[in-house]
Amino acid sequence: MTAVGDVRRRRIDELAARAGQVPEGEGGVSLTRSAFRRLRRNPVAIIGAVIVVVFLVVAALAPWLAPRDPLAQSLLSEIRPGFIPGSQEGYPLGVDNLGRDLLSRLIWGSRQSLLIGVVSTVLGVAVGMVLGVLAGAFGGWVDTVVMRFVDIMLSIPGLLMAISISVLLGQNQYALMIAIAVTQVPIFARLLRGSMLVQRGSDYAVAAQALGVKRGRIVFGHVLPNSLSPVIVQGTLSLATAIIEAAALSFLGLGDPDLARPEWGAMLANAQSFLSIRPELAIYPALCIIVVALGFTLLGESLREALDPKFRR
Amino acid sequence: MSGAAAAGRPSGAPVLEVDDLAVRFTRRGEADTSAVDGVSFAVSPGETIGLVGESGCGKSVTSLAVMGLLPRRNVQVSGSVRLDGRELIGADDATLRGLRGADMAMVFQDPLSSLNPTVPIGTQVTEVLLEHRDMTKKEAADEAARLLDRVGIPDPLRRLKEYPHQLSGGMRQRALIAMALSCSPRLLIADEPTTALDVTIQAQILELLRELVVDTGTALVMITHDLGVVAGLCDRVHVMYAGKIIETADRHELFARPRQPYTGGLLASVPRLDSPRGAPLTPIRGSARDTISWAEGCAFAPRCDNAQDDCLTEVAGSTVELVPDGPGRQLRCRHPLEHPPAAAGATASGAAR
Repeated sequence: MTAVGDVRRRRIDELAARAGQVPEGEGGVSLTRSAFRRLRRNPVAIIGAVIVVVFLVVAALAPWLAPRDPLAQSLLSEIRPGFIPGSQEGYPLGVDNLGRDLLSRLIWGSRQSLLIGVVSTVLGVAVGMVLGVLAGAFGGWVDTVVMRFVDIMLSIPGLLMAISISVLLGQNQYALMIAIAVTQVPIFARLLRGSMLVQRGSDYAVAAQALGVKRGRIVFGHVLPNSLSPVIVQGTLSLATAIIEAAALSFLGLGDPDLARPEWGAMLANAQSFLSIRPELAIYPALCIIVVALGFTLLGESLREALDPKFRR
Repeated sequence: MSGAAAAGRPSGAPVLEVDDLAVRFTRRGEADTSAVDGVSFAVSPGETIGLVGESGCGKSVTSLAVMGLLPRRNVQVSGSVRLDGRELIGADDATLRGLRGADMAMVFQDPLSSLNPTVPIGTQVTEVLLEHRDMTKKEAADEAARLLDRVGIPDPLRRLKEYPHQLSGGMRQRALIAMALSCSPRLLIADEPTTALDVTIQAQILELLRELVVDTGTALVMITHDLGVVAGLCDRVHVMYAGKIIETADRHELFARPRQPYTGGLLASVPRLDSPRGAPLTPIRGSARDTISWAEGCAFAPRCDNAQDDCLTEVAGSTVELVPDGPGRQLRCRHPLEHPPAAAGATASGAAR
């Protein structure tokens, strides 16, 4: 009897002590943090994140991970017209037509592909956001001018635009990044402007106005932070597109002319002459592109879910 | 009327004088829509007035026009709105921004959507303080905690760090009221502040508003369709229909002796504690869409039980005007409800019908 009472009393004391404390995380749980929490519980997000992280690690550690020099030629004596040696001792995925280790080239290639994807997307998001904020914040004729400009950009097919720009800027990796970035700009400009327009008419924006808050403060302090989530999601998804586009441009011969930097798209392009004798030369880089793109897409999609207000709380 | 309303009050000049306010929405290729027409009222310090009417009668547009929050494009605002004698219609944006939040503030209907979901409550409260009052961030934070405490939010220091979705509905509305009161405005407009809240919270919020009016002498304009709110809070009531004021009276007068058949209908359609169990409510016929323009006659005539031929302009030769109707009352009706001198209050609307 007394034992039970003691236990109960102790339990109540414990609860009472805990009730007085500020719950963990102290004070507010921001939406970003709760979105992250939801993200961690989503298996799709975990898969996407694992894929992305694996490729990032591989890219970062390429010099240590690659078994061989991606440029060194070997097994040259075995390469004959119509025959390229496949997997063998020391060359797990075989060599390409010039006797370079395929696995090492794939590992080094991840650096270049991810770099181009990330830099061009960041560039595209940055410029697109500036245009979107201009249009969304000012409205009126600024909006009209910016949006017609964006419409013109959108009306040109993305790849065509990228090809024209990389031809125009000359053949180097920076031209490639800029070309891909330019195709991303109108997407982000439109997206941000659209969500800013929605948020600008929202109750809290009007409420802030009714409290005499300055327009700049309303735009940057209230409207913009609430308009960002579709941009973040689209950014992740665009990374996948950017990597594919980079590969496509390289495939078309508009990529980095510096052969010292292996790149998946260029490897794919190179492999097409040997498809009949060694299809693996094309399959492996293509698989890398697909898997990385899939990783970013899965992550982006689950980010969209996590940030969606419908899933909040 | 603004002068008349203020004259009898010892508190002095009215804080807000609205005179012949009209708001028209214009659209290219379409006839203008008149949302508010010829609305006049005044509020003195410490006084609470109610703007009452059903959805679409122009209550909210009136309040937005007073605050200068209507978009400029495609909206025509005419008449006069004076805050402490200063004309607001036609004032430039910077002037209005300086007044909003500092001298006049507004509490909106939906407390969740009126708070920015991505910003902690504290930031949103201090923002107003930093904007209008010369305060350092530290002072503003202290003041914000004091404000939350004053509107009855427990543990304000913790709440300041929280986000709107972590607060309950009543607490959010309290936070919004705290923001509105942060600079001790002379005028507070509350646009259906209790509609999104449940009944017990409604009562708390109304009690809070009443305390604040008494304590600070703020003039309060209460916009509502809830006659219970009016009965509990307002000194004077203006009933609006289709953009015009159709009846004005002191609260007790209005509830005891509604004169406009519309007001009578509103009162009859609210359940009463003293009515017999199971007694049916008497709704007003039709809906707010069954209306004619004021130019054609009384807009309420199509739904009115008392309507007669001369409610139409065509027959009477003139539109229905808002005319004085006894001490402190105004009425826009040719065939008002009549009340026997005695025992009128008990059966207010029932007898008249």
